[in-house]
Amino acid sequence: MKQPDVLQQESPIGQSPPRKEGAAKVTGKAVYVDDLPVAGAIYGATVRSKVARGRLVGITYHPGVPWEDISVVTAADIPGKNTIALIEHDQPCLADQRINHPEEAVVLLAHPDREVVEKARRLVELHIDPLPPVFDLDESLDGDVRVWGKDNVIKAFSIDKGDVAQAFASAEVIVEGDYATGAQEQLYIEPQGMVALASPKHGITVWGSLQCPYYIHDALATLFGVAKERVRIIQCETGGGFGGKEEYPSMIAAHAALLAWKSRRPVKLIYDRHEDMLATTKRHPSRTRIRSAHDRDGKLLALDVDFRLDGGAYMTLSPVVLSRGGLHASGPYHCENIRVQARAAATNHPPHGAFRGFGAPQSVFAMERHLDKVAEQLGIEPVELRRRNFLQPGQKMATGQVLRDSIDLPQLLDRALTMSDYLRRREEFSRHNEEAAASGSSLRKGIGLASFMHGAGFTGSGERYLASIVAVDATPQGMVRIRASSTEIGQGKDTVFTQIAQDVLGLPSSMIEVIRPDTAEVPNSGPTVASRTVMVVGKLVQRACQELRRKLSEGGLLGESYTPTEFATACGIFHQMGGSLRVESQYQQPSGIEWDDKKYRGDAYATYAWAVYVAEVTVDLVTYETRVDRFWALQDAGRIIHPVLAAGQIEGGVAQGVGFALYEKVVWQSGRMQNAQMTNYIMPTSLDVPDIFVEFDDRATRTGADAPHGPRGAKGIGELPLDGSAPAVISAVHHATGLMISAIPMTPEDLLQALETAR
Amino acid sequence: MKQPISLIVNGERYDTLCQPNLTLLEVLRENLQLTGTKHGCELGECGACAVLLDGEPVLSCLVLAMECAGQQITTVEGLARGAELHPLQAAFADHGAAQCGYCTPGILLTAKALLERNPCPSRSEVREALSGNLCRCTGYLQILDAVDAAAQVLREEQR
Repeated sequence: MKQPDVLQQESPIGQSPPRKEGAAKVTGKAVYVDDLPVAGAIYGATVRSKVARGRLVGITYHPGVPWEDISVVTAADIPGKNTIALIEHDQPCLADQRINHPEEAVVLLAHPDREVVEKARRLVELHIDPLPPVFDLDESLDGDVRVWGKDNVIKAFSIDKGDVAQAFASAEVIVEGDYATGAQEQLYIEPQGMVALASPKHGITVWGSLQCPYYIHDALATLFGVAKERVRIIQCETGGGFGGKEEYPSMIAAHAALLAWKSRRPVKLIYDRHEDMLATTKRHPSRTRIRSAHDRDGKLLALDVDFRLDGGAYMTLSPVVLSRGGLHASGPYHCENIRVQARAAATNHPPHGAFRGFGAPQSVFAMERHLDKVAEQLGIEPVELRRRNFLQPGQKMATGQVLRDSIDLPQLLDRALTMSDYLRRREEFSRHNEEAAASGSSLRKGIGLASFMHGAGFTGSGERYLASIVAVDATPQGMVRIRASSTEIGQGKDTVFTQIAQDVLGLPSSMIEVIRPDTAEVPNSGPTVASRTVMVVGKLVQRACQELRRKLSEGGLLGESYTPTEFATACGIFHQMGGSLRVESQYQQPSGIEWDDKKYRGDAYATYAWAVYVAEVTVDLVTYETRVDRFWALQDAGRIIHPVLAAGQIEGGVAQGVGFALYEKVVWQSGRMQNAQMTNYIMPTSLDVPDIFVEFDDRATRTGADAPHGPRGAKGIGELPLDGSAPAVISAVHHATGLMISAIPMTPEDLLQALETAR
Repeated sequence: MKQPISLIVNGERYDTLCQPNLTLLEVLRENLQLTGTKHGCELGECGACAVLLDGEPVLSCLVLAMECAGQQITTVEGLARGAELHPLQAAFADHGAAQCGYCTPGILLTAKALLERNPCPSRSEVREALSGNLCRCTGYLQILDAVDAAAQVLREEQR
């Protein structure tokens, strides 16, 4: 659309302009990986171990397909190092001797006819001498079977503040509890897939559905033993990620590229839903034991948390997931004496991995349930207990971090209570439940809440190590191009980056182009994870645009204010004079942020988003169904750049949180997922998601010290809703039924069992 | 043995050869290169592949292409009115109803069939009509808002 050539006076920040990515997505023109037309492509398939643990002793290719026409790749064909490089190099790309989980890839096949390749896959027999597996997290930690390293411990750390032992010794009230959360499948609607071209002469090019182009870039350079310049990764339109397309895409890209390298033909390797659910990563199952010491008023005197994650067979991202989980374990509460012991243990499940929230939903669930337990034991209202223990600015968190955010948690809580009419509903439902019990009606009502925070950006020194870069350039015609490896996976990254650039440059949206992530075209702005894209990368976009503007005005080509045409003219002259209008900005850690990786001391996150969520449920004691009737989500996530997209993040996250709490159960047998299809792995439908009332309260951030971290005071938002939704829902179930549910998912069968036990 | 088949998609006639066991989804995507229709599970669970057959929503992964000969097939590519977006498409783009966009084609077509049957649906009728289309990004609420907004535009057009 032609825009009038006038001064752009109004900042687009806080407006909700139409999505830049919108038109392609509603017309069917957006090209996802399986939509790529690839002339002469052959189709790949993966032969997996199916056995949880053992030693591979042989492979038989049974007759029945024209094997001479089929490309076959095994570990022996790998030109470089047989590993999917991530934090460590413990995970093979193709298993050659040791089998450590049932979905381990062993043989890759490709053929122009998909039916032939599928038939061939079934004709490959793997001979595996079984070894004893470990599936239980605590058996891994306490038993004798060693499946990883010297003690199965992928990562362990502790956070220590004050003197926990002494505080327990003198405490009036001690409350203990055990909490558990299950594996959860990301269930993006587009299954994973990659297309690859590879040869020693031309290098390796991969197109795919992915979140982190440079993770794959590094992994393939290591796998092929080639210089990084020989590898190129291009993102296709990506149909959802939620963490599920953070690390596993490196595996699929590696497999597709190996087949292409061997066959010298383009390879399409697209998973169907079943394979995607079986083989790709899921949220780490967790177990948490909490002991807490209180005075009679509920004040938290000491907190002792033992937080354990099932990491699955290889390290992948487990140390980082564990870190975030452990660092969120004590919640938005103040306590002088804290000990958090965190361990990620290896089992013979497929590796668990990144999923929105990244460890925090697990530990926040435990802490919020525990507080409800404490409240019940002390006869204090759960709301009141939280209010008495909230962190205040200036106080020290578990790691010794002094809270610099200008958050007023009691005020946020009050606002949530008002929004949801919590106190009136709570009383009304208590009365309703008494009457229902007396009259024999089966319906119980409940309302519950959770208060929590989520650290924005990478944990600890992560952002400093990443040292992300964003480049911005301008063409002679005045088109501004933003270059970052941050991916659009549904959240609206292109739109928000455009708004940030417009805010600095005062240009219409049509003059800003966000370049599609392609490692040949964009610098490494880091992975699209950790609620960092708007806050951390957006800040780099802002700074690069400021630098571009400075360059033009220092050359005397641009005044204080200008029209789009004047901007374009200035760019044209700058180019004519032989200048380069390309600028880069690189992450610099704000001063005053210190983190000690070894001792887990210091500023765990530069800043946090804060929230209070309230859920209202109906529980049917005849069918054991739980319905979430209404949901209120109030948060301070800093300045909101695009309210419609931000609300979409919260609503979608709450829906996933409701699934995490009530529906989404992975059934394991011998390390394999038994319900790897949407038929019996149940995610919320349009009939299951309640009306969600979303509010953003950024009053504190507008004036506070947390504002400088993101552009115009924006903070991270994507993961936050996963942390508090499940505990709010289960807290409401607690109110409705009187049951102290401590494990999720809580399916109707689990509720039935809990009620039987309570009788 | 490949069989000749003739399909009418978005008002245009396509002649192709295909194995009789291929689904409509496969033929649309691979023979006709109409890749706007998506596959999410190929078991009739997710709704991503929904298209209209003579105006009624069907899951194209569960229908054989051969069965569709002679029927009017509508896919997402046939929704826009020339250069102008269909009101449903415009509303989805404006209300944040398409996040990753992968479930969007199937939902647009299911919603189109609903609004043709019921120009003024209640929110719970929209929820019911879309309950076979899974969306993992939005939590559905912005989709419900978009369908509501489009219904209003369509009703005004009818006046």
